[in-house]
Amino acid sequence: MLANFGFGILVVTFLLALFGAGAAIYGYFRKKDRWVESGRRAVLLTFPLVTLATLSLVYLLATGHFELRYVYSVTSNDMPLYLKVTALWGGQEGSLLFWSWLLSAFASAVMLRRWDRDREFLPWVAAVTAITLAFFLSLSLFFENPFVSWWQTSSGQVASMIRPAGASPLIPTDGAGLNPLLRHPGMIIHPPMLYLGFVSFVIPFAFAIAALVTGRTDDRWIRLTRRWTLWGWLFLTCGLVLGMWWAYDVLGWGGYWSWDPVEIAALMPWLVATPFLHTVMIQEKRGMFKQLNMILIILTYNLVIFGTFLTRSGVLSSVHAFAESALGPMFFVFIGITLIASVSLLIRRWNDLKSETAFASTSMFSREALFLLAALLFAGILIVCFWGILFPLISEIFTNQQITVGPPFYKRAVGPLFGALMLLMGVAPLSAWTYGTLKTIGRAAWKPAIPVVIVPVVLAIFGYRNVFALIGFTLIAFVICVTLYEFGRGIVARGRSAGENAILALWHLVGRNRRRYGGYIIHLSMAMMGLAIIGIELFQTTTQQSLATGDSMQIAGYSLRFDSLSQFPYVDGRTVTRAVMSVYKNGQYLGQFYPRYDMFPDDQPMTIPAIRSTLSDDLYIVLVDWEGISASEAPFKVYDNPLVSWLWLGSFVFIFGTLVAAWPDKELSVAPVIVHSAYKASVAD
Amino acid sequence: MKRLVWILGILLIFLAFATGQAYAQQPTPSDDQVNAIASQLFCPVCENTPLDVCPTEACQQWRELIRQMLAQGKSEADIKQYFVDHYGARVLSEPPATGLNWLVYIVPPAAFLVGVFLLYLAFRTWKQSRPASVIADTPMQPEWKTIPESGSSPKTTDSTEENDEYIARLEEELRKQS
Repeated sequence: MLANFGFGILVVTFLLALFGAGAAIYGYFRKKDRWVESGRRAVLLTFPLVTLATLSLVYLLATGHFELRYVYSVTSNDMPLYLKVTALWGGQEGSLLFWSWLLSAFASAVMLRRWDRDREFLPWVAAVTAITLAFFLSLSLFFENPFVSWWQTSSGQVASMIRPAGASPLIPTDGAGLNPLLRHPGMIIHPPMLYLGFVSFVIPFAFAIAALVTGRTDDRWIRLTRRWTLWGWLFLTCGLVLGMWWAYDVLGWGGYWSWDPVEIAALMPWLVATPFLHTVMIQEKRGMFKQLNMILIILTYNLVIFGTFLTRSGVLSSVHAFAESALGPMFFVFIGITLIASVSLLIRRWNDLKSETAFASTSMFSREALFLLAALLFAGILIVCFWGILFPLISEIFTNQQITVGPPFYKRAVGPLFGALMLLMGVAPLSAWTYGTLKTIGRAAWKPAIPVVIVPVVLAIFGYRNVFALIGFTLIAFVICVTLYEFGRGIVARGRSAGENAILALWHLVGRNRRRYGGYIIHLSMAMMGLAIIGIELFQTTTQQSLATGDSMQIAGYSLRFDSLSQFPYVDGRTVTRAVMSVYKNGQYLGQFYPRYDMFPDDQPMTIPAIRSTLSDDLYIVLVDWEGISASEAPFKVYDNPLVSWLWLGSFVFIFGTLVAAWPDKELSVAPVIVHSAYKASVAD
Repeated sequence: MKRLVWILGILLIFLAFATGQAYAQQPTPSDDQVNAIASQLFCPVCENTPLDVCPTEACQQWRELIRQMLAQGKSEADIKQYFVDHYGARVLSEPPATGLNWLVYIVPPAAFLVGVFLLYLAFRTWKQSRPASVIADTPMQPEWKTIPESGSSPKTTDSTEENDEYIARLEEELRKQS
């Protein structure tokens, strides 16, 4: 009953979204504001409606209505409530509905803003968000319906929305349960963050399209969406880092990133959004890079849809899976249409998007030029990622040969590019706008560069001979020194001019230009994450041994003694095999650790590592099932992962920095009045 | 004489070490030796899972196969080739650079070079000075140009670092200091 209600609501919302888009566009062309307003209200209404449908599904999941195919496939009686609820995004159908729900929330929120100054944007922002929403709702309605029920017919079991003739309802007593890998606290937070990140980029894209259609191609659309973009970027980055943490914590292969196509699909929008955040600053300041910014935001939107397509259509496992599911071709067509439409709009406006400023005096070492260089480096990483994902599909289509493009390919290609970005992150903050030359950069950089010189020397003395590591650590030290130098310079200057002490000066300094100093904090966080990446990529060590009870193994100064092994069933049906290991470092007892090997009823094993984290390294112990585990002897794989904690620490600093930059202004309530009168005055002129 | 004894002694110790290691390798290759090869291969049945960390039973057997082949004295290249022959090129972490596969290695650097070239072209146009009239002539929507966003300084065509009032003051303070 509730399933029918939920489905009915989705049908209504789908029609409403289509109406909203149509009304807004009709109103725009016929200059009838009533139609635009009608479209706006239609989009506004989608949020409460999709919320109702989503809540229906959540209720059905939480109460174990296994007669629904989706509920059956992702939940079971033994799952805790939080997992039953989060199973909303544990499978294909639910994920798509959840996507639609988040999008409707963003679309409605943006409809609620004050439009009086930007009324001409409204119809197209409404239309773009409504069309995107209608597309995702259509997937839920026609292909991946979460509300389909099981029926028993004479010929067997079928899943259908409508009761087939002569069929009786089929109500299983228990469900198949969630994929074991998804039964982790990371499940609560990682997918929503990633989806939020994905969905929030629809808004700046919608404004960009509105700017292109209406011809109001100044930086107004960028100023309006600046915070949307920052928040979206924050969510996306958090989603990525949480995914890394989840993989590190649960998958038991000693790493956090495996260059899996699904991971790369989530990374690609980030690779475009990051340079976008930088180049929009230049458009705001100097009116340059308008075309580039349009290209970047169009790419971000299409990569968001493309990423969802890659992970949802099954195309990654094989091209043939693409044809099996109707979802793949639908996505393909949608991406094609939106890409063609937005690119043709861009071409139409290409000349209007010429820079307002004469480039004449812009030097090659100005900040503008360095930002453009950074955009190129990001584009390089994007190309590597895109091609690495796409090529196996091309190969399968043309030569019918399945191939893998794996980590070595990406690491080799992307490593130097990230290194170069690190260098730019150090140099760019010191470069001057427009007139920067190598000389001015040198003059600004020599002071913070002095302590950096020590880094490779000290590292070399301590025996680190890996060239890549020396370069990497030096670059990171450079970024940190430059950033701290910038803070220090500002604090001293403020302290002198206003007579403030250091803390107060810092507070006011950041408060006066939160975007700038928030950005610097983010740079620091990237340097911290860079430490972890160099640590694990270049200095990870691993060994594997079978230990008899009482035996020990050694790695990186640690000694691990296998004490005992126990096996017991767990409430959710899995059999847990748990080893007890005593760990010593340089003779000092560190405690007991419990690596686990869980076997689920459907024969799916899961290795859960025991991890001892410190700032210098992680000891990562996995109980592997090789020759079979027995009470007297068990095989262990142990990793020493240097510096990996800095990845998680860096992510906290990152969140802090982004919040500093994106937090709404206090004076926002006062500002519109002033701006409004200024605007009126300018129009009156 | 004494020296000769020394040299012989050292040689003997070396020999003992070398043969000892060789003998230790012969019977059963260690897990680490197996992993060294398995980590370069991808599980032929699971998606995107390196063979050394794949928990499935099939992969256990494949690792055992690697161990046997190592014990038989097969080289790393032999073992990889065996897997490619039996399960196709997808077991390799990178496609062999033959035929169409060349594209995987050529396209990204080529595209990047195109990007570098475009950037070079852009920089070149920057250097050539353009008459100011060109800018003045470009059609704009003047009514939108003059609206400053709250909290930001109005944009002018020659905005430089000095234009940002706050930064200018900051720079000035710094100059006074030195």
